[in-house]
Amino acid sequence: MSDLTKLTLKSALDGLKAKQFSSTELTEAFIGAIEKANPALNAYVLTTFDKAREMAGESDRRLKAGEARALEGAPLGIKDLFCTKGVRTTACSGILDTFVPPYESTVTQNLWDDGAVMLGKLNMDEFAMGSSNETSHWGPVTNPWKSNASNAPLTPGGSSGGSASAVAADLCLAATASDTGGSIRQPAAFTGTVGIKPTYGRASRYGMVAFASSLDQAGPITKTVEDAAIMLQSMCSHDAKDSTSLPNALPDFSSFVGKSIKGLRVGIPDEYRLDGIPGEIDALWEQGIQWLKDAGAEIVRISLPNTKYALPCYYIVAPAEASSNLARYDGMRFGHRTEAASSLTDTYELSRSEGFGAEVKRRIMIGTYVLSAGFYDAYYVKALKVRRRIAEDFVNAWNSCDVILTPATPSAAFQLGDTEKAADPVQMYLNDVFTVTTNLAGLPGMAVPAGLDSKGLPLGLQVIGKALDEGTTLAVGAVLEKAAGFTHKPSQWW
Amino acid sequence: MAIDVATVRKVASLSRLRESDERLESLAGQLNGILGWIEQLNEVDVSDVQPMTSCVEMTQPLRDDVVTDGGKVADVVSNAPKSLDGFFIVPKVVE
Repeated sequence: MSDLTKLTLKSALDGLKAKQFSSTELTEAFIGAIEKANPALNAYVLTTFDKAREMAGESDRRLKAGEARALEGAPLGIKDLFCTKGVRTTACSGILDTFVPPYESTVTQNLWDDGAVMLGKLNMDEFAMGSSNETSHWGPVTNPWKSNASNAPLTPGGSSGGSASAVAADLCLAATASDTGGSIRQPAAFTGTVGIKPTYGRASRYGMVAFASSLDQAGPITKTVEDAAIMLQSMCSHDAKDSTSLPNALPDFSSFVGKSIKGLRVGIPDEYRLDGIPGEIDALWEQGIQWLKDAGAEIVRISLPNTKYALPCYYIVAPAEASSNLARYDGMRFGHRTEAASSLTDTYELSRSEGFGAEVKRRIMIGTYVLSAGFYDAYYVKALKVRRRIAEDFVNAWNSCDVILTPATPSAAFQLGDTEKAADPVQMYLNDVFTVTTNLAGLPGMAVPAGLDSKGLPLGLQVIGKALDEGTTLAVGAVLEKAAGFTHKPSQWW
Repeated sequence: MAIDVATVRKVASLSRLRESDERLESLAGQLNGILGWIEQLNEVDVSDVQPMTSCVEMTQPLRDDVVTDGGKVADVVSNAPKSLDGFFIVPKVVE
């Protein structure tokens, strides 16, 4: 039998239903691949192979009995941000390094209810704060892709670096991920995979370790656009346990894949043409515009005038919410408690200082500062007003276009241990320059692999849709995917 | 506005974080870099703009005020650093 791990989610589900192979065989193939690759890639921080075998056995029973559900027998990887009942969940932070949730996140429960199989928990930046997966308590993830000019290990991006690396290296059929400022789309672009963040409120945040609650949204990283539609269908749901969960009915996402985009108006925002962006990124964008034109779309020049303020706005709003959300880690009811203190305040301070990593502490302090007396209006309220301006830019743009096309990232994957980015936090934050606007506005955004740069590294394009219009976003993504014919895979050096 | 080490120490204390003096100094530099970059928001005219606190236009949903879950003492304390007979053990709060 050919290598089952190379299958897409769709073709694996078809093969399982056609009884070409069993879920147990498929699961064992992934277990073998993970055992071989994980020492080099560090994509999984915890494997749950016994559980996977048990779940696969149950799926095989159902497949045999003709009771297969939407994802029956499909082995998936789960970002360590999603609480999994009885399975250690750390958000890759030292402060949660032994936390075993007594409950299941709604997103993962939806996947298990549809018959999916859990292979393990995937690495990420600590509390999803990072763009290179280097802030993880469990060490960085390595990108399966390598530059043809150097053998140096590259970042898979972040914060969903483990999810992206695992999907690109065929260590799961698909993975869950989450996106607060670009944490699904940037890693997808860096690894030649597809990543979609749905409209804010589509997927429940219940049981997802919180970073910045008004921005956090779950979504999948997959091998194809069609797979993204399948995963989205299962992950999204209305959930009474999340007060910002949307009650709107879900469309059949897969029905948009392959749909004609003839006559669709595609907006190209002037403000996304940035100085200092590599020519290859611009050229890819032009190529994407041409592909959509060839498919019958109408290209419209649009303006999103407040784009340049999105990142500074984000770096007030997100740390402010993070400082508030992370106040719960006090060493009392769960999480790390210091051994080195006896008084209450000392216990708080030392537990948190020992448990949190440097980037998380930095963001908590920025958040505390912008929320503190005397600075609240100047920073926090100001940022919330700018946020509305950014959201209004999109509302205005939708008068002249139906969907927006931009680059996904300002560069291809960079080296792990990049000293320039490590020394200057702002340099690292700039990774999210094209993705962060959709989080602030709550819109769906998708990264699709579109080509390789001169060093042989993947580059992605981003499609931004109207609120609740993941369908059109997927349709445009599928057209780009087909036109690009992106079939490149990293060579297996591990 | 530049942040000095004393301000960083105060912010660390408000954040319930303890940092060495050495770290406070490097943090002051980093925070100044980040806040300096954020200053560009002052270019945006936001007069007459309402702060945006949520991107979901919906009224807060209400549920019936009934007990739907509970009786899970063992689950609740299962991750506690220290517990005894279903209680959390914490440092002395009142001296």
